[in-house]
Amino acid sequence: MREISYAEAKVEALREIMEADERVCLIGSYFLGLSPRRVLMNQLREQFSARIFDPPISEMGFCGLAVGAAMTGMRPIVDIATASFVFNAFPQIVNEAANVHYMTGGQVPVPIIFHLLHGLRGGGAAQHSHSPQAMLWNTPGLEIALPASPYDVKGLLKTAARSANPTIFVDHARLFEVKGPVPEGEYDIPFGQADVKRSGSDVTLVATSLMVQVALRAAADLAAKGIEAEVVDLRTIVPLDKATLLASVAKTGRVVIVDECHRSCGVAAEISAIIAEEAFHCLKAPIRRVTTPDVPIPASPLLEKHIEPTAEKVAAAVQEAVK
Amino acid sequence: MLPDLPQAGLIELYRVMLAMRRFEEALILATKSGVSVGHFHVYIGQECTGAPALSLLRPDDTIFTTHRNHGHVLGRGADPGRVLAEIMGRATGYNSGKGGTLHITARELGVLPTSAVVGGVVPLATGAAFAAKQKGSDAVCVCLFGDGVLEEGAFYEAINLASLWTLPVIYLCENNSEGAIAGGFPGSTIAARSLTDLPAAFRIPARAVDGADAGEVHGVVKEAIRRARAGEGPSFIEARTVRWPGSRPLWPDLLTGETDLSCAWDAARIPESHGDWHRSQDGLLRFTREILQAGRVTTGEILALDEAVRSRMQQAVRFAVDSPYPAPETAFDGVFAQ
Repeated sequence: MREISYAEAKVEALREIMEADERVCLIGSYFLGLSPRRVLMNQLREQFSARIFDPPISEMGFCGLAVGAAMTGMRPIVDIATASFVFNAFPQIVNEAANVHYMTGGQVPVPIIFHLLHGLRGGGAAQHSHSPQAMLWNTPGLEIALPASPYDVKGLLKTAARSANPTIFVDHARLFEVKGPVPEGEYDIPFGQADVKRSGSDVTLVATSLMVQVALRAAADLAAKGIEAEVVDLRTIVPLDKATLLASVAKTGRVVIVDECHRSCGVAAEISAIIAEEAFHCLKAPIRRVTTPDVPIPASPLLEKHIEPTAEKVAAAVQEAVK
Repeated sequence: MLPDLPQAGLIELYRVMLAMRRFEEALILATKSGVSVGHFHVYIGQECTGAPALSLLRPDDTIFTTHRNHGHVLGRGADPGRVLAEIMGRATGYNSGKGGTLHITARELGVLPTSAVVGGVVPLATGAAFAAKQKGSDAVCVCLFGDGVLEEGAFYEAINLASLWTLPVIYLCENNSEGAIAGGFPGSTIAARSLTDLPAAFRIPARAVDGADAGEVHGVVKEAIRRARAGEGPSFIEARTVRWPGSRPLWPDLLTGETDLSCAWDAARIPESHGDWHRSQDGLLRFTREILQAGRVTTGEILALDEAVRSRMQQAVRFAVDSPYPAPETAFDGVFAQ
């Protein structure tokens, strides 16, 4: 199979989605942020110039516009770009899009994708570095996908585009250069299917998005020391594949959850609660979390590095877990 | 003044106004008789805005409205029994009991989800207009909301988009603050002295009309719809009405009694309390006087039409009250579409 970059796989998915369904339009068109890879979007802009819209700086306005369009027959894909900007659109995403299907008694689906680039990007400081997926997970009615590989970004974006529900597509700019095998054309990654990215017997590393790559690096380092870590990539947190998660916990009995959200009430906190409730009897050691601590993201590179969840921190947590 | 309509259209418009009024009177009376529905907002006093505006729409047009939606939903032809059932939390309601008074939706009638968040519908309605334009249709969207929406940021973000992208949306602001805010309107909560100045700054044609004048509303909305269908973009209309005294208390109350239409032709029947309401402020009584004076109907025809509408509302109340509550486990249904 050919190997392409994550950025190429993502743009390929967007192109195939737009070719397949005329109802799809793009509201906002960064998708690759300000990375050098953003030139990949140029061809898409030429091919679909009548279906790509660059809105004013009005997250609440254009997200709400896209929700209204989704209710009336379109399938918008909205690029909010930096995930921190989603807060400006919370009234329309959290209080409108997420509720509409339920509160109308199932009359009105909202088939829409909100695309975000989350997490540390280097110098983003406190207002451009958020990982809001846990806040959004606390809202019933939103599907949440977090790809971690070129294969997954294409497949999950395709599934999101077919979904009848609002989907938060949580991406990470630090994944764009990751290379991997990606089939040409259609393939299926259903939501709610975690992927065991590395098999191991000593400890389970649970992660999403960029933290899957961090966990894989930690697992490689640990293997050199004779510790075999299993890496479970959740891929979507709504819906959540509990079966794969709990099967891995049952197999290893030790868990380290790696998550870029702040620690309190983050994705790791919820995963930890689920394991404690449903697999307590399998645990040989306390559950451990490697997360961004509960501090705003500082600007200075040294300060930012100090709080970042890294492979070294994951390896250290595993050493504690297997003691 | 009367809208420029043929006889059948004029009578149908009057029937819709009466339905809006008698529906909410029946709802308030039902709550007084012990039917538990919780808090709700009423449309009484604004019928001369909603009825003519909505009468101008085609089936493929859409509307978005707010917590004060009962009149609008009926104006698009909704079944009053199913609307009442929804307000009363019954399984037979339009939203199967999931929406209640705040979120009544009738998709097949082009009534999209009502948002109870002030300002929430303005971006949504703008999006429905965007969708119509993208699909190459000449359908339009009417966005109905109160004057409080102009205090929300969502309004300005959305109308900017509608103007920039020339979208077929009619922003119909029902300014019912007169009598509701101490010191009249504009009140103490918005610095602008004229609401129409605000959309005008975004190059959106904006007109203020007397919301109790069905003919004026009809004419201005008709022109706004023509503009939208012709691809000329959005319009803003401020329809001013006096707040019905019965909706000033926290819980709606029939302070002016059940509407006595004979007040329109027999001044002796106007009660001492709320005399101004009956004499000049109530648009429904005003419209009744206008069609009588124009010789379009007789008092006997009015009373017969009203009796038919009231009977329909009694039937609707019975349907709603006799309807079952949803099974508790259905609380888990429909979080996601399949």
